[in-house]
Amino acid sequence: MDLTADFFSLFDLPRAFRLNVPELDSRFRDVQGRVHPDRFASASEHERRLSMQWATRANEAYQTLKKPLTRARYLLELNGGDVEAENNTAMSADFLLAQMEWREAVMEARAGGDHHELERLYNRLSGDMAGRYKEVGRLLDDEKDFTQAADRVRRLMFLEKLLSEIDDALASLED
Amino acid sequence: MALFQIAEPGESAAPHEHKLAIGIDLGTTNSLVATVRSGLAVCLNDQRGRSLLPSVVRYHADGSVEVGFDAQKNQAVNPRHTIVSVKRLMGREEKDIAHIEAMPYEFVEASGMVKLRTPAGVKSPVEISAEVLRALKNRAVAALGGELVGAVITVPAYFDDAQRQATKDAARLAGLNVLRLLNEPTAAAIAYGLDNAAEGVYAVYDLGGGTFDISILKLTRGVFEVLATGGDSALGGDDFDHRIYCWVVEEARLQPLRPEDTRLLMMCCREAKEFLTHNPEARITARLSTSEMVDLKLDVATFAAITQTLVSKTLQPVKRALRDAGLRPDDVKGVVMVGGATRMPQIQKAVGDFFAREPLTNLDPDKVVALGAATQANLLAGNKTGKDDWLLLDVIPLSLGLETMGGLTEKVIPRNATIPTARAQEFTTFKDGQTAMSIHVVQGEREMVADCRSLARFELRGIPPMVAGAARVRVTFQVDADGLLSVSAREQTTGVEASVTVKPSYGLADDEITRILQDSLAHAKDDAMTRALRESQVEARRLIEATEAALAEDAHLLKAEETAAITAAIAKLRAAAAGDNRRQINMAMDDLAFETQEFAHRRMDQSIKKVLAGRKVDEIRMGEKE
Ligand SMILES: Nc1ncnc2c1ncn2[C@@H]1O[C@H](COP(=O)(O)OP(=O)(O)OP(=O)(O)O)[C@@H](O)[C@H]1O
Ligand SMILES: [Mg+2]
Repeated sequence: MDLTADFFSLFDLPRAFRLNVPELDSRFRDVQGRVHPDRFASASEHERRLSMQWATRANEAYQTLKKPLTRARYLLELNGGDVEAENNTAMSADFLLAQMEWREAVMEARAGGDHHELERLYNRLSGDMAGRYKEVGRLLDDEKDFTQAADRVRRLMFLEKLLSEIDDALASLED
Repeated sequence: MALFQIAEPGESAAPHEHKLAIGIDLGTTNSLVATVRSGLAVCLNDQRGRSLLPSVVRYHADGSVEVGFDAQKNQAVNPRHTIVSVKRLMGREEKDIAHIEAMPYEFVEASGMVKLRTPAGVKSPVEISAEVLRALKNRAVAALGGELVGAVITVPAYFDDAQRQATKDAARLAGLNVLRLLNEPTAAAIAYGLDNAAEGVYAVYDLGGGTFDISILKLTRGVFEVLATGGDSALGGDDFDHRIYCWVVEEARLQPLRPEDTRLLMMCCREAKEFLTHNPEARITARLSTSEMVDLKLDVATFAAITQTLVSKTLQPVKRALRDAGLRPDDVKGVVMVGGATRMPQIQKAVGDFFAREPLTNLDPDKVVALGAATQANLLAGNKTGKDDWLLLDVIPLSLGLETMGGLTEKVIPRNATIPTARAQEFTTFKDGQTAMSIHVVQGEREMVADCRSLARFELRGIPPMVAGAARVRVTFQVDADGLLSVSAREQTTGVEASVTVKPSYGLADDEITRILQDSLAHAKDDAMTRALRESQVEARRLIEATEAALAEDAHLLKAEETAAITAAIAKLRAAAAGDNRRQINMAMDDLAFETQEFAHRRMDQSIKKVLAGRKVDEIRMGEKE
């Protein structure tokens, strides 16, 4: 194993979107337990540098695999796909229209200080996204249709952004 | 050639030798030093049995320096040269310091960090803090009776890079080998967590004399994982004193005061504040230099009213940290209270109300940070006591980024990223034929560069002339386990490479540290040369020991000739270290380091494989994603 090994092999996990997250958590802790700079505080300079590189890599790998969106993007990247390749115009008009409607609803609720409406929107959106992630899992793991998957992931990037906007709006109402 | 004892794998071959390591809580108001003795973390007391050392440094007219209780007691005699709460000045420019006009010190025009004129010369906050650290180091050396291998120094979790760098420099100036900078709330969590075998999500609320931190941690079978942190590095008990002071000035209709009187009143206000923790009413009396008398009564209700904004100011970062961690108040299993200012009843109540649970106060809020630091120092020094197989995963408190066009910041590493961490970002030129690019590193959450802290500026030169947008400059940020940043930049498209590494500008340059060290050593008996030689010898011994331990564990990873090359390099280094030629020692160290590089890689690889092999493949249920 070396520093350029992919994130899945770093934790000796199968290269797939459907991932046992608690298992990832505990493997991450195990690996950090071996490579973390605190384990090498009195080692040679070279070993300390090596440890910092490994620990940095393990952190990056964990952050990427933990969240479904970054995990999906990473898998696409490993399979030679590029989510950024096409721009939004390639996205279906329906999707873009739905997006605008969502945004308007959020803005309205925010302006009106409507906490309940924001929460409702949040829950509806995250419910919708859960279904979309299932689909991404099927496309990536079962059908290996990376073009379709890339398209779905691009949509999810929009939706994640929207979700965090609702979250921000909720937080600003709380303060 | 030396013979090696081969131990069982995992068992250290080196005889069990206890290394002397300390943890230091360098506080705004009070500092402490602790160590682990027979498996137990204890604070080291001064000759009169006191563990706290007031972080007060007084420069006498003859240039001598006094640190601690006496300096604190007499601070109103000469406030100009008696420096209190110097931590608030660490890594700060004059324009960043709140209430600087109320400080009685003589500030000297300087670029970067503020500097103060004292009878002992112009001093930076780093040098002043080093006095406090030196006093604690001397206390530790006297108590432990031996050479220290190193120290863990605590810093507020919310300290930015400049403040951290300044703290590390201060420790180096005090002659300490810094094993790690450790965040104060994390230190407290270690002390609390290990003592109580805690599991689950905990919050540490740390309100000291000058700083406020909130950290949310997850404790899982010996792993302390910081999920999010927040705070205010200029909010603490001092500000409560200041509120009382303003109230006094108003109530007693005082005219602008002389520095001596301000100090005197501030001391009275602090006493009153502490008194109100256990009493319904405090009396504030003072005779000013104008022979005016101040005599007021402050009751708990008034005190709570005039400090209410400060209390709620601490709750903002608490909310944000929880949000960053993706948690709600009721996900938190316990709230650990740290810092002397958490004794105030209004704080206890506000925190209790917010989390809807009684905060945990079954530990000494003054000592817990130092005890946690000592525990980590013990581990880092390599003293194994069996039960302490725990691991700490901490984060950076503030986002790190770069200035882009229009004075905007581009975040490169987000706040709450687990450290160590690295990230790279690519930039390009905006003019045809542009051969240099200036890079401005900033820290903070705001969109405009002007609202963030500027950490460093440097120029990448030697970019080959190309059309605008063709160059690919890759800027890499690396944050180490101390939370300290280094930045490098490199042009990628052509064969030409230019790269530079910067240390943020608020730390002292290495040659400045050397100069100050040499200046101070000029007064001492041994000179810088012998000191440097001693350091090399110690370093050589450490390297030999570490290499031998590695060989004892993992010689099977090496071919016979590789082992031979390493043992030869060890023998050469051992011979060099016995002599007094520093250059020779350093060369022999470099040789040994070179011979063991590949070995280190293989060991790391084996170690990771081993820990993962411990898990059976069929354990991996194919669970649905979250
Ligand atoms: N009984 C008390 N009631 C109220 N405040 C108290 C009490 N005891 C101490 N304090 C306050 O606690 C503060 C000092 O706390 P502490 O020693 O934890 O801070 P520090 O570690 O020096 O500072 P920091 O951690 O911010 O750098 C002072 O403002 C002091 O007045
Ligand atoms: Mg403190």
